[in-house]
Amino acid sequence: MESAILKVRNFSAFFGKSHILKNINLDIDKNNVWAIMGPSGCGKTTFIRCINRMHELTPNATTSGSMQLNGEEIYEMNPVMLRRKVGMVFQRPNPFPTMSIYDNVIAGYILNGIKLNKQQKDEIVETSLRRAALWMEVRNTLHKKGTFLSGGQQQRLCIARALSMNPEMLLLDEATSALDPVSTAKIEELIHELKAQYTILMVTHNMQQAARVSNKTAFFYLGELVEADNTKTIFTNPKHEKTQDYIRGHFG
Amino acid sequence: MIPAITFKNNGINFKEKAFKKTLTLSAIVAVIILIAIFFTLLVNSFPSLKALGAGFFYDKTWDPVADEYGALPFLVGTLLTSFLALLISTPFSIAVSIFLGEYYKKGIVAETFKNVIDLLAGIPSVIYGFWGLFVLVPIVRIIEIKLNVPPYGVGIITSSIILAIMILPFSVSLSRQVISMVPDHLKEAAYSLGATRFEVITKIIIPYTKSGLFAGLLLALGRALGETMAVTMLIGNTHSIPTGIFSPGNTMASVIANEFSEATGKIYTSALIEMGLFLFVVATVINIIGKQIIKRFTL
Amino acid sequence: MNDSKSEIEKQIAHRNRKNKRFKGVIIAATIISTLPLLFILFYIFRQGISAINWQFLTHLPKPVGEAGGGVSNALVGSILILLVSCIIAIPVGIVIGIYLSEETKSRLAYYCRLAVDVLQGIPSIVIGIIIYEWIVRPMGGFSAFSGSVALALIMLPSIIKSTEETLKLLPESLKEASLALGVPYYKTMLKIIVPTGLSGILTGVILSISRVIGETAPLLFTAFGSPFMTTDIFKPMSSLSLIIFNYATSPYEDWHQLAWGASMLLILMILILNIISKIVQSKWKVQF
Repeated sequence: MESAILKVRNFSAFFGKSHILKNINLDIDKNNVWAIMGPSGCGKTTFIRCINRMHELTPNATTSGSMQLNGEEIYEMNPVMLRRKVGMVFQRPNPFPTMSIYDNVIAGYILNGIKLNKQQKDEIVETSLRRAALWMEVRNTLHKKGTFLSGGQQQRLCIARALSMNPEMLLLDEATSALDPVSTAKIEELIHELKAQYTILMVTHNMQQAARVSNKTAFFYLGELVEADNTKTIFTNPKHEKTQDYIRGHFG
Repeated sequence: MIPAITFKNNGINFKEKAFKKTLTLSAIVAVIILIAIFFTLLVNSFPSLKALGAGFFYDKTWDPVADEYGALPFLVGTLLTSFLALLISTPFSIAVSIFLGEYYKKGIVAETFKNVIDLLAGIPSVIYGFWGLFVLVPIVRIIEIKLNVPPYGVGIITSSIILAIMILPFSVSLSRQVISMVPDHLKEAAYSLGATRFEVITKIIIPYTKSGLFAGLLLALGRALGETMAVTMLIGNTHSIPTGIFSPGNTMASVIANEFSEATGKIYTSALIEMGLFLFVVATVINIIGKQIIKRFTL
Repeated sequence: MNDSKSEIEKQIAHRNRKNKRFKGVIIAATIISTLPLLFILFYIFRQGISAINWQFLTHLPKPVGEAGGGVSNALVGSILILLVSCIIAIPVGIVIGIYLSEETKSRLAYYCRLAVDVLQGIPSIVIGIIIYEWIVRPMGGFSAFSGSVALALIMLPSIIKSTEETLKLLPESLKEASLALGVPYYKTMLKIIVPTGLSGILTGVILSISRVIGETAPLLFTAFGSPFMTTDIFKPMSSLSLIIFNYATSPYEDWHQLAWGASMLLILMILILNIISKIVQSKWKVQF
């Protein structure tokens, strides 16, 4: 039996009076790659930003309902602690410009004042970079600043940075939209391999990518979770009309 | 935005709160400082405001020994020098702004002249005054002799000239920017109709940037009104109303500079501070109007 | 038909000539505007270079009539007063700059920004009056410290503005990346955002120093000046700018010489600071 790492119950999110997410109920199982899809404005990005509580950083942003990570109530946890357990990669690669590649990977530790000796640091850096399929390309230039890499490499660096914290879940917010096709393909391959160890939620507006990479899909429309099922089912035999319309290209 | 979350029971909670509180406090301190400045000036002007009233500004006798404080000569001196400086400086500042904003926007020529203008702004006022004393004053004296005017050398005209040089960089920096930001498509439309560059500049660019240029002049005026050292050294320092541009005079700022540290008596000091209050208010009003125009322009 | 054609051609030729003449006028006016700078620098250099020697830099001024003497106390004074004003203005300015870069919509931010704008436009002599009332009178006498506070008030707006503008240019995703890693807000600002913007912030600081190093008016009744060498900031102190003012307006030739030397010293310091700021701006720039 697969276990649910994330349980969402009656969850709603607001910007002031605007009701962005309406009563979401969803179970996310371990070691799956979930594609979070839907037309622009459907709330998919808001949804994942609620999981690591980035949503509430905007003033007037509120939520209601429950989200549980491995049984722990997310909205009762210390947000800083929560974010160390859930990693996020953004649409635009954003390595820290003042840090070297090496320091960027373990930035989560450095910035939080967690002390590691050189051996531990080296280990984490190498492991994370290998997992992000970047090690071979940067192993000899670890001291260089992260911003000198290409876009695709920078994004993989950001993935390594998130992975170094050993998160329970990885959230990808349109992580390949800003990259060229070759880098995108490399990262998609990466996601495939990461599935074995992590649970991944990726927001994407690229249906082909969702079909290629994910094994489960959640379809959002106007703030509601319309359908959530195996990717194959959603794409070949969707149960709801709106899902059908989206798949067949009626929406953006 | 500063995030609106709070943490629970952690050392982080305290540090986070302390940081945010420090930020907010610092902003409050800035506002308090300004309010305090205004009130200090106001309160310390009360003695002379009460004793002299509005007459302060149209009494033309300033004689501390006789306990008479009429600021009219200095008001006239201030306005005369500032507006004269603006008059002298404006054609040049507009020319330089057109030079840097339209003809030479990039490249070595642009960079060189930009740096020169910036350097002009960096020279301290007291050095301008010093140079003016030894270079400008003799020249003005020669001109005055030729014109059959008393050859003081110092006076309204000399200090206006040095002021004009000093305020040039300030109006140029703003005017140059607005001129260079005129949308290309407007200029190209004019060119495609057969206009020459001169016509594009005078008929398209200048009208379009009118308010920006005006704001630049306003800011330069604000600067001129408060300028102290160079003016003090070149204006002649008399207590009487200047009779012409070649006569010596005094500005409010230079009177304060010359007499404040030796002023005795409550009313004397208070009268000087009242002039300071006047300068503060005028400079602030000009400053705010200028910035408002800029804001409207860049929207 | 031929007549009107040549009429048009004449008109166009006339407009073209006007165009060329205009450009000439603009160029001429620009060159004239830059002449004062050349004259001033040249004159100061010529007068000042002969005044600067070891004695000039290390001796105290001599009484009138005696040859020699230097501006050592003024040099030390300028640097000391500046140092203290930096200690006051830099931290306060950067913190307020951080606040303004983060808060754009709150009412406090609006009034704070207004206050900074107004402060920037206050004539420096008025600042001198203020500090006289706030510090010199209560303290019972002139002091370098009061001069430093006055200079700090003058430096504050430019430090605040350049910090605010530098930080505003940084992409929001940088902050988000750090927050998403579980780094608290205060650490994100202090360890990621401010260091990334350091070159811009530093440039602003250096430029505001170069602006304030030559200020005289605010020191006239705060630091006041002194003929002695002192490092006690609670006593009156001299500065290069004060010395230039006092000696230039005196009738003594050797004092004029000292003033020229001091002027050249001051200009050199300003030039060096400007060059340093340009270097910081280009070399230290962080890519993102």
